[in-house]
Parts: sequence; C-alpha cells; structure tokens
Amino acid sequence: MEIVFLAFILMLSIFLGFELINKVPATLHTPLMSGSNAISGITLVGALTSAGAEHTVLATILGTAAVAMATINVIGGYMVTDRMLAMFKKKGGSK
Amino acid sequence: MGIELLVNLSYVAAAVLFIFGLKMLGSPATARKGNLVSALGMFIAVVITLLDQSIIDYKWIIAGIIVGGLIGATIARRVEMTGMPEMVALFNGFGGVASLLVGWAALYGFEANTFEMITIILSILIGGVTFSGSMVAWGKLSERISGKPMVFGGQRVFNILLIAAIIAASVMFTVYPEAHIYLYVVIGLALLLGIMLVIPIGGADMPVVISLLNSYSGLAACAAGLAINNIILIVAGALVGASGIILTQIMCKAMNRSLSNVLFSGFSAVATGG
Repeated sequence: MEIVFLAFILMLSIFLGFELINKVPATLHTPLMSGSNAISGITLVGALTSAGAEHTVLATILGTAAVAMATINVIGGYMVTDRMLAMFKKKGGSK
Repeated sequence: MGIELLVNLSYVAAAVLFIFGLKMLGSPATARKGNLVSALGMFIAVVITLLDQSIIDYKWIIAGIIVGGLIGATIARRVEMTGMPEMVALFNGFGGVASLLVGWAALYGFEANTFEMITIILSILIGGVTFSGSMVAWGKLSERISGKPMVFGGQRVFNILLIAAIIAASVMFTVYPEAHIYLYVVIGLALLLGIMLVIPIGGADMPVVISLLNSYSGLAACAAGLAINNIILIVAGALVGASGIILTQIMCKAMNRSLSNVLFSGFSAVATGG
C-alpha cells in the first residue's frame, strides 16, 4: 500500500511539473533553470536526517557532506537567481 | 505523532510554495517574487525538518550548513553576470552529489527491502551522473577544458558497454547489499557515465545540457526521497525533473534544434568526419 501511495504522489507531481512550464520568454530560460535548480536542493532535507540520526559514523560523515553540498546548491542557487532577475528589472527600467 | 503531523503539513505548505514559485518564475513580471516564494518554501521545509524526532545530534548539521552556506553565498556573490550558466552547472553538480550521498547514507539507516534498494541505487546513479556531467559542463563553459566536442573511435560501443556494466553492477548490489565493492563500482561507473555523456557535446550547446542535468538532479532528489520515504523530496524532485525536461525542450526549440540533435551532435560529427 505504501508503494502505491508513493507512486500516486510521484505521478501527480510529474504531471504538475509538465503543466507548470509553458511559453517562457527566452530571457527567462536561464533564471528559470537556475531557480528550479535551487528547488532540487531540497535533497538538503534528506541530508539533515542522515546527518543527525546517529546511525553509524560513516552515515553521519556522508550525511554531513551531503548537508554541506546541498546547502551550497540551495543558498547559491537562490542568490544567483535573485541576482539575475534583479538585473533584468533594472535593464527594463532604464530603457 | 503530533510533531510528525506538523512536519508533514509543513511539507505540504512547502510544496505549494514551490509550485507557485515555479509558475511565477515563468513570467517576467512575477519572476523575482516567484524565486522568493520558492525560497520561503525551502526555508520552511528545512526549519521544520529540524524538529524531526529521528534527529538526535545537531552539531554536524550546523557545521554542514555553515560551511555550505558560506561557500554558496560567496560563489553566488562573486560570480560575473556573464558566467551565470556555468554557475548553475556548478550548483547543480553539488545538488547531484548531495543526492548521491543521501542515497548512500540511507544504506546504513535501516534494513532496506528490494524496492528501497532500487531507489537507493537510482539516487546514487542519477546523482553521480548529474555531478560529473555538471562538472564537465562547468569546465567547458568556463573554458577550463576545451569547449570542442570530444569524440573518439568506438565511443558508442564504449558507452553501451558502460551502461551494460552499470546495470550488471546495480543488479549485483541489489542482490548482495552487504558486498560494498558493487556499491563503489556503481558510484565509479556513474561518475564515468556523466563525463562520457557530456564530453561529446560542443560548448555552444551547453545551456541545453545544463537544463537537462538540472532535470536529472531533480530526479536524483526524487529517488533519494523514495529511498528514505520523504514526501517533500519526492514531490519537489519530481516537479523539477518534469519541468526541467519541458524547459530543456523549449530551449532546444528556441535554438531550432531537437533534443536528440543536441545530445548526439558529437557522435554525428564523428560519422560525418570519418
């Protein structure tokens, strides 16, 4: 039952992902890519539980490394996206 | 029970914020706000996860977040505007390797059944391919390595053998989870596959490749979510995986190329050259 439940969530999320993106202007391709890349840093949530659960020493090491890597992805991803989009706004205003 | 319910309800809220954020990122007027909405979703998901009762020890978490946050913020602030696509590639690579590590760590948490073993292998595989592929894309765009397509005789045969070896090693690992030699082989081969997939593609096509790798990193997070039974990883990962594929197609269309045309450009160069 658990697997069926997970499969349902997975299927609906995939359909939603397909439907969300349509007719994006070319200037937004890179920011959109960067913004969705930051969302994929959600793996940080998984890393937090591995780093803090105290299963084995190796699992804690792997989890801590995963937390650091995923945090780079999340913080860097959102900040870079914001910088890109801020630049677009200024350009539009001055022209 | 109470805390678990709170955590899961917060994950629902985070998922809603991600969905609105992605939608708003697609239109110029709302894009910047959309990014903030999505960041708020991430913040809620991360903070609420810290309440999870399976987390006993916080010192390594805090250390990891400080180190990663400092590195990420420094890179993001220093990068030149012209270097944006390669920055996305770099960050994407870190996300990929994080999913690989989460999948790997999941091996030590509990007795994994066959379904979980398959999702662990998938998160390691896709995460590994995302990591090394993104690093090559980053190298090509920042001109640390040559942007020219790198092709050699027998490349196609080599890649087919590589994929066959990955499948064989993955099956062996699923059957004998205690034999970690197969795990290391899978990790090594996945990293090699990521390199092999990106080196034959020219520097001009890299943005499309990065978009595709971004989609992969979503799928890797999704697989890691299935492995550790975490709903927000599954939902957010699948959202990024699916929307990333669509964005990749839109970018190909804008360049008047088809996706297969981009992915196999290096190989066809061999065919016409030889």
